[in-house]
Amino acid sequence: MEYSAKVMDHFMNPRNMGQIEDADGVGTVGNAKCGDIMKIYLDIDDEGIVRDAKFKTFGCGAAVATSSMATELVKGKSVDEAMDVTNKAVMEALDGLPPVKVHCSCLAEEAIHAALWDYCEKNGRKIEGLKKPVNDIDELHG
Amino acid sequence: MKTIYFDNAATTPVRKEVLTEIMPYFSDIYANASSVYDIAAKSRRAVEKAREQVAKAIGAQKDEIYFTAGGSESDNWAIKGTADALSKKGKHIITTQIEHHAVLHTCEFLEKHGWDITYLPVDEYGLISLDDLKNAIRPDTVLISVMFANNEIGTIEPIAEIGKIAREHGIYFHTDAVQAVGHVKIDVKEMNIDMLSMSGHKLGAPKGVGVLFVRKGITISNLIHGGGQEKGKRAGTENTAGIVGMGKAIELATAEIDETGKYLTMLRDRVIKGITENIDFCRLNGHREKRLPGNVNISFEFIEGESLLLLLNSKGICASSGSACTSGSLDPSHVLLAIGLEHEKAHGSLRITLSKENTVEEVDYLIKELIPIVKRLREMSPLYEDYLNGEKAV
Repeated sequence: MEYSAKVMDHFMNPRNMGQIEDADGVGTVGNAKCGDIMKIYLDIDDEGIVRDAKFKTFGCGAAVATSSMATELVKGKSVDEAMDVTNKAVMEALDGLPPVKVHCSCLAEEAIHAALWDYCEKNGRKIEGLKKPVNDIDELHG
Repeated sequence: MKTIYFDNAATTPVRKEVLTEIMPYFSDIYANASSVYDIAAKSRRAVEKAREQVAKAIGAQKDEIYFTAGGSESDNWAIKGTADALSKKGKHIITTQIEHHAVLHTCEFLEKHGWDITYLPVDEYGLISLDDLKNAIRPDTVLISVMFANNEIGTIEPIAEIGKIAREHGIYFHTDAVQAVGHVKIDVKEMNIDMLSMSGHKLGAPKGVGVLFVRKGITISNLIHGGGQEKGKRAGTENTAGIVGMGKAIELATAEIDETGKYLTMLRDRVIKGITENIDFCRLNGHREKRLPGNVNISFEFIEGESLLLLLNSKGICASSGSACTSGSLDPSHVLLAIGLEHEKAHGSLRITLSKENTVEEVDYLIKELIPIVKRLREMSPLYEDYLNGEKAV
């Protein structure tokens, strides 16, 4: 198993690592049992544009790299456009992932969705195609 | 950047003295050891010399040593060979939850074929209980297989006591000694060991050679069928170079066992002290004393092992982990779970396995580099954030 140069770059120099105080949307997915937890924070302005995104991740190299890339991709997008940040988009932007690590990119997509859902709940908004995230994170990968 | 190799339980480089000794057997002395012409006698003599070297190292007789292709084959042979030979007597085997997969998966294979396997639990240090063992013995038990020393946490099992119990009950006793040979003194007679597996590449011999010791009087069926090599017990043209390397490597390791053991114990304790005194929220896995001299296994809370290994690698340090991501499955190491670690702590484990080539400078460099790496991963970890928030709330 070998990571692409892009994955290694985002692992070694993660973009947007950290947290946002009083974030407009926060999503946590994964579970410690499987060894991956991603938490994504979104700062969203009144127009519904993602001004900033940060992450914290417990997990392998791919989990960190996909968190980093997903937060990069989502920044500057409207909350509707943010739905385009799929696991496939994250994977492509990273020049691919080893097959056993594809679930990390799925987790990144789910984390973005969970943060968007939190934003919608807080602001009484709806985003087309966005589903309620799994509440118990243990259900997700258990 | 210099590479610092701390993964000697995974494999070791071929020792210089071993390499010199085996080189002629790749080209000049190439004859098949089974052939009749003069030059074949050289190959044959080399194989027989190695057999003597191996036997001497573990207190066995020369004709109790069988060369194989490695530790996994030896484990497979001992278990499947016993199962086949003794199935009429009984179909129960006792082993442990912390065996190498070469033993565990072989037992699982036998389960599919109607065998009953007892997997003994271990305590928090990785030791089996002799009472558990005695209680597990049934009239149809034909084999006890307990590893000599664990490959992940380095715990050394009470082999002589297990051997005594097995012998008293007339049950075959096999031990996977792949990690112990050359590091811990072994006497198969004193310890009542009936079968013992070893691997060449863990002690400075090439990959692709191993040994199964089978005590005289023990009957097991063949695993590899074919020609009449190894007294008709293990077919296949002798891997002369590998076998010569095995003999030389075990001879060297056994001669140096006290000196190397002392040195590795010093390095090991320096690593354990350096890490546990400088990094919060970590614990040593395995037994503090009943432990391989070169093994360190430490779990760091709130972080994951693969990330840890990648960052160590960026500093030139080679180590391993029991995290799921390094095992290729979603579950972390079965050994760390068996000693009672929660999943998240098992994911955050680091294994350092030392050799006599490692230096004090190298282990100090490891400790120095590890401190900021753990800090960095914790700053990135939502689990650590939750922990700190919990602290604030209190």
